[in-house]
Amino acid sequence: MENVSALIVDDSSVMRKIVERSLRQAGINLVRVHEAGNGAEALSVLSENRVDLILCDINMPIMDGLEFVKQLSGVANAKDVPVVMITTEGSESHVVQALSAGARGYIRKPFTAEQVKEHVIPILGVKV
Amino acid sequence: MSATGAVLAANTGREEWPAVLERAAREVFELMLGCQLTIAAPTQENMEITSMVGLAGKLCGVLSVRCNHQGGALMASKMLGVEPANIGPEMSDALGEIANMVAGNFKNKIEGLSDSCMLSVPTVITGQDYQMQPATDSDALELSLLCENLPLKISLVVHH
Repeated sequence: MENVSALIVDDSSVMRKIVERSLRQAGINLVRVHEAGNGAEALSVLSENRVDLILCDINMPIMDGLEFVKQLSGVANAKDVPVVMITTEGSESHVVQALSAGARGYIRKPFTAEQVKEHVIPILGVKV
Repeated sequence: MSATGAVLAANTGREEWPAVLERAAREVFELMLGCQLTIAAPTQENMEITSMVGLAGKLCGVLSVRCNHQGGALMASKMLGVEPANIGPEMSDALGEIANMVAGNFKNKIEGLSDSCMLSVPTVITGQDYQMQPATDSDALELSLLCENLPLKISLVVHH
């Protein structure tokens, strides 16, 4: 997969930009980047758009990342899209909750582009 | 530098917390801003921006990052990869994220806190004409630092 459409979910617009930059630095050819400020917005974005990858914060207002991942399984055109959590919440229980809910990876803030690459490339199977 | 360093046991003396807080801050600034923090002498310089994150649970308190406008613009510019002169309203967002990451990185380094201490969403205050008065007895850790020669203070007020 060379051309990737991604959805970045974080209540911080600055962090969304950093995540996008990290994906590009990781060598991923992003052809489209959608953004959402919380899980509910993300579900709305997914109702109208198809994406290949979702990167999602946990602590967000309105709908947090864990609830979003749970609800994603009910979204027909997105239930199989890989989700990688990017969050300050680094506890084992959060990791277990996220992976149990369906997330495919977990990156703790602060992070490097190299860490994003290590987690995302295997999931996407991208050659960079 | 990795943010996955050794975790201190929860029963480790709190006398080690200043060093842990400093390490947590250094990692955030190095990994997310690409700059090295240096220790500075405490300063009375005006710092009109305060970014705060609340902690609740096994550890209750407030972590704050204080800086002046120039320092705030510098930090935001480092995060976003743009010139400080081009930083606008996103400065508050960036400073909130810095406080959030320092608080999260700190608690993740102390065993027993990661699971049992929650973070609030950040709040950013502009201005200096205010006083913080904790509702209960509290202790404060304070780091005086320089980010590319611009002063900042990182404080952790812990409620008993």
